[in-house]
Amino acid sequence: MKFLHYWRAMAGIVGRELLRFLHQRERFVSALVRPLVWLFVFAAGFRAALGVAIAPPYETYILYEVYITPGLIGMIQLFNGMQSSLSMVYDREMGSMRMLMVCPLPRWFLLVSKLIAGTAVSVLQAYAFLGIAWLYDIQAPAMGYVWILPALLLSGMMLGALGLLLSSFIKQLENFAGVMNFVIFPLFFMSTALYPLWKLKESSVVLYQLAQYNPFSQAVELIRFALYGQFNQPALLFTAAAFLLFISAAIVGYNPSKGMMVRKGGGE
Amino acid sequence: MNPPALNVSGLSFAYGPKKALDNVGFSVKAGECTILLGPNGAGKSTLFALITRLYDARDGRIELCGFDIKRQSLKALSRLGVVFQQTTLDPDLTVTQNLRYHAALHGIGRKTADARIQTELQRLNMYERRGEKVRLLNGGHKRRVEIARALLHQPQLLLLDEPTVGLDVPSRQAIVDHVHELVRREGLAVLWATHLIDEIADDDSLVVLHQGQIKAAGKLQTVLQTLGAAHVGDAFNRLTQGAKP
Repeated sequence: MKFLHYWRAMAGIVGRELLRFLHQRERFVSALVRPLVWLFVFAAGFRAALGVAIAPPYETYILYEVYITPGLIGMIQLFNGMQSSLSMVYDREMGSMRMLMVCPLPRWFLLVSKLIAGTAVSVLQAYAFLGIAWLYDIQAPAMGYVWILPALLLSGMMLGALGLLLSSFIKQLENFAGVMNFVIFPLFFMSTALYPLWKLKESSVVLYQLAQYNPFSQAVELIRFALYGQFNQPALLFTAAAFLLFISAAIVGYNPSKGMMVRKGGGE
Repeated sequence: MNPPALNVSGLSFAYGPKKALDNVGFSVKAGECTILLGPNGAGKSTLFALITRLYDARDGRIELCGFDIKRQSLKALSRLGVVFQQTTLDPDLTVTQNLRYHAALHGIGRKTADARIQTELQRLNMYERRGEKVRLLNGGHKRRVEIARALLHQPQLLLLDEPTVGLDVPSRQAIVDHVHELVRREGLAVLWATHLIDEIADDDSLVVLHQGQIKAAGKLQTVLQTLGAAHVGDAFNRLTQGAKP
């Protein structure tokens, strides 16, 4: 009976998120426009300037568009995670987050369910992007499209958990602009999404080290290797560890007796 | 004897150095509608946040139907229905989709949920609008849907946080009548925070909260007699030194 309750609640939370996603077509389109602009405009423009040498998982010279495709998938998931975080802050201000918190289920379970729901949406967005990239002649081996699924699930969960953690710190929606400047941009630009590590090392060792230990880099590498049917164990372990760290901290952040909301006087 | 639907005792809470609630205690029994009156900043929102376990109080105790909100929170919360001050429906989903979501959170299966949704919406004259997106409903209709939602899992205690604010007189009256009907017919316990003293019925109970402290609690008529007040407004003024409700 208890299991059935948990199952129905999780199905309800995921189903609601998917319904919202289907009802908000603009959200779907805008989530795709961002990486597509990077692919069609930025990558095309930088194709000549940024040469990419052969490095795993690639077995031959590749176009820059091919290189940044996994990074742009990561970008979709990063922005989706932050958008979920933004909607958590909004929901908390508007009160609908309270509706969720009042239901008779452990808070950790509700947060994990929200995370799964957000990840499901980001995976749909990532596959839609991959479909468009395929039409643009950026094609991975057929099995890569299957192997990428678990990688997308883990990276989506990790980035969603980061968003969840941030939302527990942010009291008001207005403060969210800071997240863009201090979290999204550094995570994205100090990563292997746009340039390989060796290229970063050529210009700055500090930047290289920051990028190496950036969880977003690891998520991107996990996706990159999976898309080419290869397994990147360090990236998997690093991403999984980051996920556990972020989700644990987020659960503490939303704890009714220890969380940040209590110290700040709540979201209401 | 059954425990009260809500029992609050010795409850204190502070945001850092600022005390929001100071040794608050009262109870709400089944079949009783208790009105929580207090000026802005009295501590009503904090009290609701603690009863719904948005935060935990360090001092004091809250029991819902005999279950401690801190130690037996899941059992306690399963007996609680809430209508918050702000609309918490998803505007992009239909009325039915919103209610099914709530039913799922309470572990209610689709078949039972649909039957209950039909019953509750019919009671509130909203069944015909079940397929409409919430965005298209007016404020009064949204409130009715929220009340239907709060009752779907058949709670024993209903918390209403100023549910009629911003509504026109007929919408307000419809909600007031419906809630009092639920109390009389079904023995539901209700704690209703409001600024609008004309929503209080003669047989309601009253809790007046001011500066985080309970200034009066009991049956409305008893409170009026004790204070020698002619009406609720008069009693409220005496207890809060003229603060606006």
